[in-house]
Formats: sequence, structure tokens, C-alpha cells
Amino acid sequence: MSDAAPVVARGLVKRYGEILAVDHVDLTVERGDVFGYLGPNGAGKTTSLRMLLGLIRPTSGSVRLFGRDPLHDGARALDGVAGFVEGPRFYPYLSGRRNLRLLADLDGAGADGRIEAVLELVELRDRANDRVGGYSHGMRQRLGIAASLLRQPRLLLLDEPATGLDPAGMRDMRELVRRLAGEGITILLSSHLLAEVEELCNRVAIIRKGRIVYEGALGELLRSAGGGYRLRVGDPERARLVLLAQPGVAGVEVRERELVVACDEAAIGVASVALGRAGIEITALVPQTATLEELFLGLTESREEEAAA
Amino acid sequence: MTRVYKWEVLKLLAQKRTYLGLGAAAAIPSIFVVVLLFQTGGPNDVPLGRYIRETGLAVPFVALFFMSIWAFPLITALVAGDIVAAETHNGTLKTILTRSRDRGEIFAAKVLAAFSYTIAAVIAMAVVGAGAGCAAWGFKPLTSLSGTTVSAAQAVALLAASVGVYLWPMLAIAAFGVLISTVTRNSAASVVGTLMFALLMQLLAVLPGTEPIRPYLLGTQFDAWHGFLRRPTDWVPVLRAAWLCALYAAVPLAAGYLVFLRHDVAGE
Repeated sequence: MSDAAPVVARGLVKRYGEILAVDHVDLTVERGDVFGYLGPNGAGKTTSLRMLLGLIRPTSGSVRLFGRDPLHDGARALDGVAGFVEGPRFYPYLSGRRNLRLLADLDGAGADGRIEAVLELVELRDRANDRVGGYSHGMRQRLGIAASLLRQPRLLLLDEPATGLDPAGMRDMRELVRRLAGEGITILLSSHLLAEVEELCNRVAIIRKGRIVYEGALGELLRSAGGGYRLRVGDPERARLVLLAQPGVAGVEVRERELVVACDEAAIGVASVALGRAGIEITALVPQTATLEELFLGLTESREEEAAA
Repeated sequence: MTRVYKWEVLKLLAQKRTYLGLGAAAAIPSIFVVVLLFQTGGPNDVPLGRYIRETGLAVPFVALFFMSIWAFPLITALVAGDIVAAETHNGTLKTILTRSRDRGEIFAAKVLAAFSYTIAAVIAMAVVGAGAGCAAWGFKPLTSLSGTTVSAAQAVALLAASVGVYLWPMLAIAAFGVLISTVTRNSAASVVGTLMFALLMQLLAVLPGTEPIRPYLLGTQFDAWHGFLRRPTDWVPVLRAAWLCALYAAVPLAAGYLVFLRHDVAGE
């Protein structure tokens, strides 16, 4: 049981009448992962996270958190699991500290003794006796993290933790996530902020219209869309002919004054020498890489166009 | 379970509506006494109404009667109808359901908290009503519904017993409030729905043509305490109220429990 992966979801489906919110989602989050869960608004991210936490029942499919099923094992399935979906919510008429005391009492297992430490960690000690109703959005997000850490989680599920924060708040949130990951906590991070995911996550899943369109290592995803080189040359048309004649060059695409050459590193070396011999000057040669944003848009929009076609 | 219940009560104590309900329960008999002090007539057509100026102990009995029509159902609905719906509205249901407590435990704690509030409201009315009545007309013997006189000390014991029996249909109303709060997840609809249910139950108990089933209607059980004020004590309505109210409470509680267990806590 203890060796089980933090999250294993298989064939998760959630249907609301005619609407298929989540369509056969498979997810695996391994220990130590900082797993980015990406998707446009309404793609099914939050619904999936709610199913993972047992807040909503899947129409079909299964969820295991460290090998336990939240629907059958109830609160026991959430041992070592914490987090929030669609932003943390608290009792507005209670203070931050009293909210944490309430949650610590529900958790037991000495959570009460950790209240001051988690308030300190999220820098809310000074405002802990104020009613949550008067807290800013950022303070509530931080209190949400504090409430999660009370449980000493081994798996933290965070749904858009930086949304609505100012730049400094976003930076602090990223720092905190990085620190928690450094302490060995597995993190499942749902986010719109691709830069954040690119910076923090080692693995990602991209969901579109309820379906996973990619799941795997982030580096692999970035590499899969890379490959090839961009060249800026004096005579693009002649250069194209020279390049096509070189071994290892699979294709050349002309984009204005730039050439995109499909080949590996060894082939581009040989090809650049050939261009020089042909008297074609090279003013720029850079490896072609894709940003996560380009990939995300490619994966989520191209399929929409395909579907529309 | 005790911890969850403790926090349900503490949450109620931190909300204005709790004090609004308890305050109303205490204020209504006090206002009633003040009004009677300034006029000569009285509620002669209600049980013990004609003896109201003979002893202050008659006040809470009279208040039990007239507050059953809408005041107590409304006071109960304010909290019971809100107890799950408010959590759904605030989004805090997902907060507590992702901690180390099972749904059944949380539901049970909410039911107990709603019941505790209802009990507190009825007791507050009885204590304040008796206090205000005695301040106005003294702590004197009471005339029973059979016309016999009972000592003031005995009347206090009868008041305690009557409040206990009166609580049974009140708790059935509270149970219905928790059910509708769980099902609708909407505070306003739950409060109004609970009140409407209570009024409907009262209405059915007085409608012509309902005589054969009248003893078994929930509205009738609000009068079961009259049995204590008869000489000798009439146990029939009291015993009937015991099992009937248990049934009237058990059905919505069982339904509410099942809904709560399977409730999808989706977007708020």
C-alpha cells in the first residue's frame, strides 16, 4: 500500500446530462513529481481534481491515492493528502487562526500543534486573529496552503494557486511550491500559468475538452516539438537547394528570409560547411525549440480546428 | 464525532442568525407579557389563556401554543435550513470534506447542532417566558386544563415535561430543515421550504375532513403536552407523539444522510 503511486486515475468519466465534462482521463503522478495539470478554461481540470479528492463521484472510472479509493475508503483515502480546488474557502466569520484550529481538530494527529508554524511559513501570523472575511485574495490563498500543510501531506493538490495574485505574490507562491517540492512533497499543480508550470514541473498532463491530449515528462514534450534548426542566410532559395543535397537533412522550409531545417546536430554541422563552400553567408543559426505555450496552444487548438473541419 | 459537533456548535455561535433566532425565542414571550400588562383582554381561547393573569407560570404554556404556528418553525428553519446549504454556498463544504472526517460523521454533527439550537430556543422561550410572567403576575399555583389546581413547584415540573414533549415535533421540523438544506443547497429555499412544510403540517391538522388521520399528523403533536396538564395525566397523546415524531424525524434524516453521502460537491 505504501509503495503505491500518489495518484493513479484510470478511465475517469464525469457526465452531467448531455455534457461530458471529463472523458476517460488517465493520470499517474509518481512520488516526488511536481506534476503540472494544464488545460483551457472548462477543459475538465477542476472536475478531475474534485474526483481525485472524492468530492464528486465519477460516472465511471477509478481513482487511487496512495492505493486508496476516496469513494470507498472515505476520509482514510485522504491520509497524507491535502490541497484545494477552485481556491481555498474558509468561514469568513472566523479568524484565520480559528479556521485553522477547526481544521486541525478535524484532522487530529497533532495538527493543532502545527498551527503557529504553518502561519509563520505563509507569513500570516500578524493577521491570524483577523476574520477571514477581511482577508485579501492572496492572504486566503496563503491560508489555503497553511491549511493544507497542517496535514503534513505527502501529496499536495493545488488548483490554480497563483491565480489572482500580484507579481510578488506569484513569485512567493512559486518559491513556496519549490520549497515544498524540495522537502519531498509530491505536488499536483493545476495552472493556467504556463511559465509557472515550465519553471516548476517535471511532468505534465494537458487536458482539452475533458480528454488528456498529452501526459509525460515536460522535457520530452519540449524536445518532441523541437529538433531542427533555424538559419538566416544571404540567399535563401539557393541555400535551400544546397541544404536539401546534404546527408541527414530531412526537409527545408523557407519562411521569409529564414530557413527551417529538419536535421540533427551532426547534419547541420556538415550543412553549414557546405553553405560556406557554396559562398552563402550564414548570419544566424539557432536550434529550433518550442515554448510550452506554443505546444499547449498547438495541442489544444489544432485539435479544435481538426474537429471543426 | 465530539470534536466535529463542538465545531458545528462553535460555528453557530459565531453567526448572527443564531442569536437572531434565540433572541426572538426569548423576546416573543416577553413582548407578550408587556402587551398584556397594558391591556385588559387576554388569549381566552387558547389553553390556559384565561388563567394568564393568575400566575406567571401560565405564560410559557400559552407561548408554546401560539409559537408553534409559525414562530418556532421559523426560528428552527433559520438554522436547520441553513446548516448544509450555507456551507455549500460558502464553498466550505469541500474544505471540511477534504479533512480526516467521513461524510456521515459531519452530517451527524450538523444534525446534532441543529437539534441543539432548536432545544436551546425552546428552553430560552420557556425560561424567559416563565421569568417575565412571574415578574408580572407572580410565582403562584396554576389551574390545569381539567380545572384542578397544581402547586407552583408542580407547575414548573409540568412545564419542563411539556417543553420536553413539545421538542419532539420541533426536532422533526429541524430534521426536515436539514434534509431540504442538503437537497436544495440553497439557504433561502431551505429556510422558506422548512417554514412552508411546518405551516402545511399545521394546516392539515385543522382542515375539515382530516379528522380520522388528525391524531397522526405532525401538526397535532404540538399539542401532545396538553396531556400533562390534564388530571389524571393523559399519556395517550404523549406516547403517540413519541413514536410519531421519531418517525417524522427519522425519514428526512435517513434521506438527508443518503443524499449527503452521495452529494457531488461541485462548483459553488
